[in-house]
Amino acid sequence: MIALWYANIAAMLAVYVVLDGFDFGAGIVHLFVARTDAERRQVLAAIGPVWDGNEVWLIAAGGTLFFAFPGAYAAAFSGFYLPLMLVLWLLILRGTSIEFRSHLANPLWRPFWDAVFALASLFLAVVLGAALGNVLRGVGLDGTGSFSTPLFSNLRPGQRPGVLDWYTLGVGVFTAASLAAHGLGYLRWKTSGAVQQRCARAAAALWTLVAILFVVGTVATARVRPELFSSIAARPWSWPFVLIAVSGLVAAPIAHRRGAELAAFLGSAAFLAGTLAATAAGLYPVLLPSAIDPGFSVDAEASATGEHGLAVGVVWWTSAIVLAIAYFAYLFRSLRGKVAEPEAREGY
Amino acid sequence: MSSAADALFWHRFQFGFTVTYHYLFPQLTMGLALLIVVFKRAALRGDDRAGDAARFWGRIFGINFAIGVVTGIPLEFQFGTNWSRFSQFAGGVIGTTLAMEGVFAFFLESTFLGLFLFGEKRLGPRGHFAAALALFFGSWLSGYFIIASNAFMQYPVGYAVGANGRLELSSFWSFLFNPWALWEYAHNMSASVVTAAFAVAGVGAYWTLSGEHRETAAINLKVGVIAGLVASVLQIFPTGDAQGKLLAQAQPATLAAMEGAFKSEPRAPIAIIGQPDVEHHRLENPIYVPAILSFLAYGHFSAPVRGLDDIPRDEWPDNIELLYYAYHVMVGLGSLFVALLAIAAFLLWRTSLTRTRWALWALMLAVPFPYIATTAGWLTAELGRQPWLVHGLMRTSAGTSPLVSAGDTLFTTLGFSGLYLVLGILFLFLVGREIARGPRAQGGHE
Repeated sequence: MIALWYANIAAMLAVYVVLDGFDFGAGIVHLFVARTDAERRQVLAAIGPVWDGNEVWLIAAGGTLFFAFPGAYAAAFSGFYLPLMLVLWLLILRGTSIEFRSHLANPLWRPFWDAVFALASLFLAVVLGAALGNVLRGVGLDGTGSFSTPLFSNLRPGQRPGVLDWYTLGVGVFTAASLAAHGLGYLRWKTSGAVQQRCARAAAALWTLVAILFVVGTVATARVRPELFSSIAARPWSWPFVLIAVSGLVAAPIAHRRGAELAAFLGSAAFLAGTLAATAAGLYPVLLPSAIDPGFSVDAEASATGEHGLAVGVVWWTSAIVLAIAYFAYLFRSLRGKVAEPEAREGY
Repeated sequence: MSSAADALFWHRFQFGFTVTYHYLFPQLTMGLALLIVVFKRAALRGDDRAGDAARFWGRIFGINFAIGVVTGIPLEFQFGTNWSRFSQFAGGVIGTTLAMEGVFAFFLESTFLGLFLFGEKRLGPRGHFAAALALFFGSWLSGYFIIASNAFMQYPVGYAVGANGRLELSSFWSFLFNPWALWEYAHNMSASVVTAAFAVAGVGAYWTLSGEHRETAAINLKVGVIAGLVASVLQIFPTGDAQGKLLAQAQPATLAAMEGAFKSEPRAPIAIIGQPDVEHHRLENPIYVPAILSFLAYGHFSAPVRGLDDIPRDEWPDNIELLYYAYHVMVGLGSLFVALLAIAAFLLWRTSLTRTRWALWALMLAVPFPYIATTAGWLTAELGRQPWLVHGLMRTSAGTSPLVSAGDTLFTTLGFSGLYLVLGILFLFLVGREIARGPRAQGGHE
C-alpha cells in the first residue's frame, strides 16, 4: 500500500514535469523563437488553454503527498521555507504574465509581461531542478524530523549543505536546458510558420547540450549519491525506466532532424518521465535523504498516514485520475492541430 | 515576546493575510459561476442581452479566476512551510480533502475554463453552456473540499489517533460529510452568491446611472437583485441560524465570546451593540434584548447559556474583542443586505428600479460590503476556533514549523504584501477597464 502511494506521487510528479515542462520550456524560449507580437500570441495560444491544467498536477501531487505522507510533507516544506516562498512568488508572477499580457495593446505592457514570463519560467526551472538536486543529495535532517537549510553555504555538497551548491545548481541548469528543449519540441509540433522553423533550428543544438549535461549530471549524481545507482542495478523492475529515458534522449534529436514533430515531442516526454521514474525507483523507500546519516532520512513507512486513509484513498484517487485523464484527452483533442498566426487573434 | 511567541504571531499573521486576500477572489468566482449559468440559460432561450451579460461576466470571471489561482497556490504550500507540526499531526486527515480538491475540482475547473473563455465559437451555444455548467460545478466542488477541511479543524470527526500520536482517518464518510461542513458550506456558498449578486447588480446600477448599455444593465439589475435577495435571506435562515446552534453545542466558549456573554444565565439576552471589556468580564454600553440568545442558541427562551466565566481561561478565544466586533459586523451587514435588496426587489417588481436614482446609487456603492461581511464572517470562524488549531486536539501554538523563525516569516510576509498590492492594482485596473468598455466589447483581449 505504501509502495503504491510512493509510486502514485512519483507518477504525478512525472506527469507534472512532462506537461507543465513544455509550457515552462515555451516560456524560456519564447523571446527567441517568437519575435513579433503576433508570433508571441501564437506561442501563448499554444499553451494558454492548457498551462493552468498542467500546473494543477503540481498542486494535486503536493496535496497527495500531504495526505499520504504527512511527515515527509511537513519536513520537506518547512525545511525548504525560503526557496519555496521564492517558487511561490515566481509562480504568481508567471501565471499573471500569461493571463494579463494580452489584455492591453500597449507597446510597453506586452514586452514587460513577455520578459516576466521568460524570466519567471527560467528561474522556476532552475529552482525546481535544484529542489530535485536537494532530494538526491540529501538535506541536513538530524533525527528530529525537521531541518532548516540556508540558501547556500560553501557551494559544496557536504553534511550541512545549502539549498544551492554546485551539484544542485547543476541539476537546475540541466533541468532548464531539458525543459527548454521539451518546450521547443512542443512549439514546433503545435505552431506553424516562422516560430515553427526557429524551434526546429534551435532544437538540434539544444539537444546536444542536454545530452552532454545528462552525462555530466549522471556522473555527478554517482559521486554525490552512489546508492541511487546500486539500488537501480539491484531492482530489475526499474530498468525499463532507464531504457525509456535513454531512448527518449536518443529519439528526440533524431526525430527533430527528420522533421517528425510529434515523435520528437514524445521523445522528450519519454526522456523526462523516464529519468524521473528511474530516480524515484532508485530512491525508494526514502522520500527525503539525510546528508548527515542515512538513519535520519525520512522514509515512506515512517511518514505515511494510517491504513484506512490510504485504502480509501486508492478508490477516490483512482477515480479522480481517470476523470482527469479524460478531461485532458478531451481538452487536447479539442485543441488539436496547429495554431497559426492569424488564429491567435482569438483568445490569447 | 519570546522568539517562539513572536514566530507564532507572524505565522498566524501570514496565513491570515494570505488566506483572507486569496478569498476575495474565489468568493466572487463561485457565486458568479452560478449567475453566469443563469445568464447562459436565458441566452440559450434566445435572450441576446443575457448572452452579452454572460460574455461580459465571463471576462470578469477570467481576470478574477487568474488571481484566485495564483494566490491560492501559496496556501497549499503554507500548511507545510509554516505549520509543519500541524501538517504532521493532522495531514493524514485534512490532507485527504485538500488532495481531493486538487484531483477532483481543479482538473475540472482548469480544463473547462479555457474552453469557456475562448471556445464560444468552437463549442456552439449548447457546448458553451455545458462548459459554463462544468465550471460552476468545479468551483463549487472545490469550495466543498476546503470547507470540509476547515470543518474538521472546527469540529473533528471521523478520525483516530494513530500509534505514532498522529491523526488518521477512521471513517472517510463521516469525515467527508461532517455535519459542521454541510452547514458551513451552505452558509459560505450563499455568501458567495451575495457577493456576486451585488457585483452584478452594482455594475447594472452603474451603467444605468451613466446612461449606458441600458438593456444589459436592466438584466444585470434583475438577476443581481433577485439572486442577492434569495441568498441573503438564506444567509440568515436557515444557514446562519443552524451554525449558531452547532456552535452552542460544540464551541460554547466561541459563542459566548462572540456575544460578549461573560455570565452563565437562563433567559440569556442578546446584545445588539456594546463593547466587550475583557479585563473586567463585562460588556460596556450594551443594548440588550432579553432571552433572545437562549432562543437562538437552543430554540427556547428559558435555556441556560454558558458564559465565559464558567469556561477555563485557557480555553477562551485569545482575541475576544476582534472576534466580537467581526461577528457583529457580519450580522449587521447581513441584515442591511436583506433590507436593501428587499427594497430593490420591490422597486423591480413595480418596474421603477431603473428610474429610482437613490436605490441605484445604494446598489452601486454596496458592492464592497459583501466582501467586508464575508471577511468578518471568516474572522469570526477562525478567531472563534482559537486557542485551538484542531478544536480540542491541538493548540495553535503547537502547530507551527519549529525551525522557521519570526524573521523569515516577517520577511516573506512583506514579500507577499508587496506582490499582492501589485496584483490588487492590476485587478482593479483590468476590471475597471472592462466595465468602462461595456458588455459589447469584442473579445477579452485586443
